[in-house]
Amino acid sequence: MPKSLTPRLAALRDEIHGYAKEFGLDFFDTNFEMVSYDEMNMVAAYGGFPTRYPHWRWGMEYEQLSKGYEYGLSKIYELVINNDPCYAYLMESNPEVDQKLVMAHVYGHCDFFKNNFSFRHTNRRMIDDMANHATRVRRWVDKIGVEKVEDFIDRTLSLENLIDQHAPHIRRNPDPKKAEEEVKANERVEGFKVGREYMRGFINPSEFLDSQRKRVEDEKQRAKKFPERPQRDVLMFLLEHAPLEPWESDILAILRDEAYYFAPQGQTKIMNEGWASYWHSTIMTRRALRDDEIIDYADHHSGTMGTRPGAINPYKLGIELWRDIEDRWNKGRFGKEWDECDDLRARRNWDKKLGAGREKIFEVRKHYNDITFIDTFLTAEFAMEQKLFVYGFNDKRNSWEIMDREFRKVKGKLLQGLTNFGQPIIEVVDGNHENRGELLLAHKHDGQDLKGDYARETLRNLQSLWRRPVNIVTRYDNKGAMLRFDGTNHTEKKVDL
Amino acid sequence: MTLKIHQDHSRFKQIVRGKIKANLRKYVQKGEMLGKKGKDAISIPIPFIDIPRFKYGHKEQGGVGQGDGEVGQQLGPGAVEPGEGHQAGQGEGDHALEVDVTLDELAQILGEELQLPNIERRHNEKIVTQKIRYTGINTTGPESLRHFKRTYKQALRRQIAAGTYDPNRPIIIPMREDRRYRSYKLQNLPETNAVIIYMMDVSGSMGDEQKEIVRIESFWLDTWLRHQYKGLESRYIIHDAVAREVDRDTFFHTRESGGTMISSAYKLCRDIIAADYPKSAWNIYPFHFSDGDNWSADDTRQCIEMLRNDVLPAVNQFAYGQVESPYGSGQFIKDLREAVGDTPNVALSEIADKDAIYASIKDFLGKGR
Repeated sequence: MPKSLTPRLAALRDEIHGYAKEFGLDFFDTNFEMVSYDEMNMVAAYGGFPTRYPHWRWGMEYEQLSKGYEYGLSKIYELVINNDPCYAYLMESNPEVDQKLVMAHVYGHCDFFKNNFSFRHTNRRMIDDMANHATRVRRWVDKIGVEKVEDFIDRTLSLENLIDQHAPHIRRNPDPKKAEEEVKANERVEGFKVGREYMRGFINPSEFLDSQRKRVEDEKQRAKKFPERPQRDVLMFLLEHAPLEPWESDILAILRDEAYYFAPQGQTKIMNEGWASYWHSTIMTRRALRDDEIIDYADHHSGTMGTRPGAINPYKLGIELWRDIEDRWNKGRFGKEWDECDDLRARRNWDKKLGAGREKIFEVRKHYNDITFIDTFLTAEFAMEQKLFVYGFNDKRNSWEIMDREFRKVKGKLLQGLTNFGQPIIEVVDGNHENRGELLLAHKHDGQDLKGDYARETLRNLQSLWRRPVNIVTRYDNKGAMLRFDGTNHTEKKVDL
Repeated sequence: MTLKIHQDHSRFKQIVRGKIKANLRKYVQKGEMLGKKGKDAISIPIPFIDIPRFKYGHKEQGGVGQGDGEVGQQLGPGAVEPGEGHQAGQGEGDHALEVDVTLDELAQILGEELQLPNIERRHNEKIVTQKIRYTGINTTGPESLRHFKRTYKQALRRQIAAGTYDPNRPIIIPMREDRRYRSYKLQNLPETNAVIIYMMDVSGSMGDEQKEIVRIESFWLDTWLRHQYKGLESRYIIHDAVAREVDRDTFFHTRESGGTMISSAYKLCRDIIAADYPKSAWNIYPFHFSDGDNWSADDTRQCIEMLRNDVLPAVNQFAYGQVESPYGSGQFIKDLREAVGDTPNVALSEIADKDAIYASIKDFLGKGR
C-alpha cells in the first residue's frame, strides 16, 4: 500500500514546494504518496481515488492500463485529486527528474483546483465521500446481491451524462408533494357553506358546482404536467419521480453526486492541463533542473506535448495558449488599438513593454472555463501558428481528411466540441406524456445526429428505471423523429418539429 | 500483495466470459477470428461491453486536429482516435473492446456451453516428462539465475547488522557473499499424449467454402483436445485419388482436380498409426472431412473394411464430417452409418454450412471419448 516519501524525495518535494510558492501559486496542502506501477494503475482505474464502489468497469480500465504499461505503450505520469488536502501519487520506479516534474505539475493542478471558479462548489472532502459511497454500495451488494446491484449501476451509468453540466451547484426542485397539497386546498367542489338547506340551490347552483369541479380537474391535470419547465438534470428528475426502490435511489444519488464532482474537471481540461504544464515547465527550467537532467526532462516534456494530426492534445493546446496570453499581455497586444492595427510590420514589432502577462494569466485561471477560455483568447494568429484544422470523415474515400483551416470554422468546431463536453444536450420535457405516465425527453439538436444504436440501448436502460414507456424526440437527416421503447419493442416515428 | 481492484478485475473477466458464452455460436462460425490467434491466446471483439450513452457518432462529428497538411489531405490510419478527437479527454471509443482469452479458457467455455463431457482417457499408462521447477534459493549459481530481491535483502541485513546502513541515504551495495541464486529441481510429471490425424478430401468438388468450414471446425476440435491433453500432436493428410501427408499450411490451401478415393487416405492413416503411435501410449483421433462423393462402391467397401479391421480398434474415436458441396451426392456418410454407425467410437456429422459447425462440434466431441 502507498508509502510515504523517502527522505531524499521529501527534500525534493520541499524544494519544489518552495519554488511553487515563490512563483505565487496558491494551493491546498498536498500529500504525495509513493505507489508501485500496479497500485498506480489501480488508482488511475478508480479515477484517482484509493477507494471506489465495486464495479467491473474499474477492472476493465485497470486491465487496459496494465496492458498499456506492460507493452510499453503508455505510462501514467501524474494523478492528483481535487480534495482538501490534495492527494497526488508518485510512481516508485520513476527516476528523480520525473518525480520533480510530476511534483511541479501537481502543484499547478492544486493551484487550479483551489482557485478556478468552476471548482468552487465541488466537494473538497470527496476522498471521504468516495469511501462512504463504496461502503454504502457494498452494503447493498451484501443485501441485494452483486448481480442486481451491478446491473442497476450499469443502467444508471448509461444515463450518467444526463446532468446539468453547467449548473454552478446542485439545486433541488420545488417539492412536488407540496404543490399537490396546494391543489387539494383549492378543492372547493362542495361549493360555499350553506347554513339553511333551502338556500342551497341559490348559493350553489349546479352550473357553479360543475364549473368548480371542472376547474379542479383542470388544475389536477396541470399539476400532472411536470416538470413545469424542461429539466436538464435527468438524474435528479428520476430520483424524484421514478418508482425506485430505496436501494436504487441510494445508488442513483451516489452516481449523480460523483458525476457532479467530476463535471468541472471535464469543463476545464485544456486550461487545467495547460496550466499544470506551464508551471512544471517554468519551475523545472527556471529553478529545479540540474544540468545532467536536461536531456531526460526535455525528452519527457516533449513526449507529453506530442500531437497527433487527428486529435487535440489538451496539454499542448493549453500550455501554448497560456504562453500566448502571457506574451500578449506582456507586450500589450490587446485592446482597441491592437485590434484596429492593419499594418503587418507594426503588429510584428508591437511591444508596449507592459509586463502584465503573469498577472493576467493568474486572473484568467480564476474566472474562465475551457469554453470561455477558447472563445476569448484563441486568436486567428494563434490558430495559424499552432496549425489547427478541422477534420472530417470523407465517405467516398473512406478516410479522415483535413477539411478546413479557416479560423472561424476551427474555433467554431472546437467550441462545439466543448459545449456540454461535446455531448448532446437532452432534457426531460414531460413526465406524464399523453397522460399515460410515459417519459418524454427532447434532444436539442445542433446539427449532429445521435448515434442510433447507442440511443436505443440507452432508452432501454432509461425505461428500466422509469418502468413505463420512454420516448425521445430528436432529428435524423433533418427530419423530426421520436424514438420510443415500451419495455419490449423499439419503435420510431416521424414527428413535426 | 492483493489490491482492492482485483475483485473488480475478476468481475470484469467474469462478465467478459459471460459475453463470450452468450455469443459463442456467433464466434464459432467466424473464420476471421482465427486470424487473430496468438501463441496461446486469442483476441475476441466484444460488442457493447462499453456503457451506451446518448452521444454523437464520431464519424458524423469530426473534430479539430493539429499539424501540417493541405486541405483535402488524408490523415493516416490510426491518426484519429474514435471519440476522443477534440472532446478533451472524454475518450469513448467506437470500436468494440478486444479482450485476450487464452485458448484453454476458450476451450472451457466451449465445453460448458456445448456441455461437452471430459474425455475418458483410454490409457492408464503415462508418458513421463521432466520439468524444471525453480523452488529453492542457493548461495551459488549462474549469474543469469541471480535473485535480485533476495540478494538486496541479504545485503540490507548485513549492512544493518554492521551498522553501515543510513536510512537517510538508503544505498545498498551487495557484496559477493550477499548474492543469492534460484535453484531448481527436476520434477517428473505424468503426461497423457494424444494425436489428431486430420484427413481432408481436396478433390475438385471441395470448394473454398467447404475448406473454410473444415478449417474453422478443426480449430475448435484442436482447442478442445489441447485442453484435454497436455501433449497434442497433429498430422495432416490430404487426398483426392491418392493420399499424401502434408504440413498444416498445405493442408488448408491445396486444391486438386482429380477424383476421390477415400481408401487412399485411410490406408495412409493406418500406416501412420502403425508406425508412430503405438496404441499402448497414445490417444488417437482421426478426423476425416469430405463431401462424401467417393469414386466407387468398391472403394467405399475397402474403406469400411480398413476401418473395421485396423483403424477403429486402435483409436479413441474416429470421426467423419461430411461437408455439403454443390457437387457432392453425399453417399459416403450413409454407407458409414449403415456399416459402422453403431460402433461406440465412431462419430458422424453432416455439416451443411457454417451455421452447422456449432452442432457438429457437439456431434464430434459429445461422446467424451
